[in-house]
Amino acid sequence: MNISFKIYMAIGIGGMFGAVGRYSVSILFESVNGFPYATLTVNLIGCFLLSLLLHHEAIKKRLSPEVFAALGTGMLGAFTTFSTFAVETIEMGATQIGLAIFYVIISVFGGLLCCFAGYKLAIGNKKVTRS
Amino acid sequence: MSIFLVAVGGMLGSIGRFYIAIQASKRLIGTWITNITGSILFAATFHFHLSGSIPNWLWIFLGIGVFGAFTTFSTFGNETVQLIIEKRFGTAIIYIFSSLIVSLVSVFLVLYILQ
Repeated sequence: MNISFKIYMAIGIGGMFGAVGRYSVSILFESVNGFPYATLTVNLIGCFLLSLLLHHEAIKKRLSPEVFAALGTGMLGAFTTFSTFAVETIEMGATQIGLAIFYVIISVFGGLLCCFAGYKLAIGNKKVTRS
Repeated sequence: MSIFLVAVGGMLGSIGRFYIAIQASKRLIGTWITNITGSILFAATFHFHLSGSIPNWLWIFLGIGVFGAFTTFSTFGNETVQLIIEKRFGTAIIYIFSSLIVSLVSVFLVLYILQ
């Protein structure tokens, strides 16, 4: 089988799980006072886990390229979403501009912090396994 | 039924995102393009969902499934952090602000033009 076809299939299957996971979180976290906790939750968790996966050498080594792509690009890529974030921000901005700005700031800074946390955890672990 | 629609949509959205990332060859540009176009398409679908012009299953399939999975926040965050690690601070700031401003302005225009 063509390698690139296998990668596409792997990413598609990962994407199925990611999208269903995101949908499940959105059902569990009904938006409270119009604030989109569900999207914020999936985006922050997804940032942390993707960063951990991308930088963790020991995990990377054990996974085939297909499984790595399925988990990273497929599952965690689809678990998080930018489109919902953008539309929620504009929707909130129509009535509560302050809350909309807060949502953007917490998503971006929170997302970057979660990525850094995942990176630090992955790098730290690498040092431990090498010693 | 909804779970099935989200799953199939998520599969197509993820494959589409990967295809564009490969075509763009540079991942930063691939993610930028998918996040902007995905946000615009999601906004239009959301509008037709609210106005009742499309059936609920189509919103769940296209909006939550396809366009939700086509766009990504985790890759956006990780690409930005990668730029910061490489000390390419200017590029990181341009990447964040251009993604936010272009997507938010586009979504605003789509929602208010369609209204």
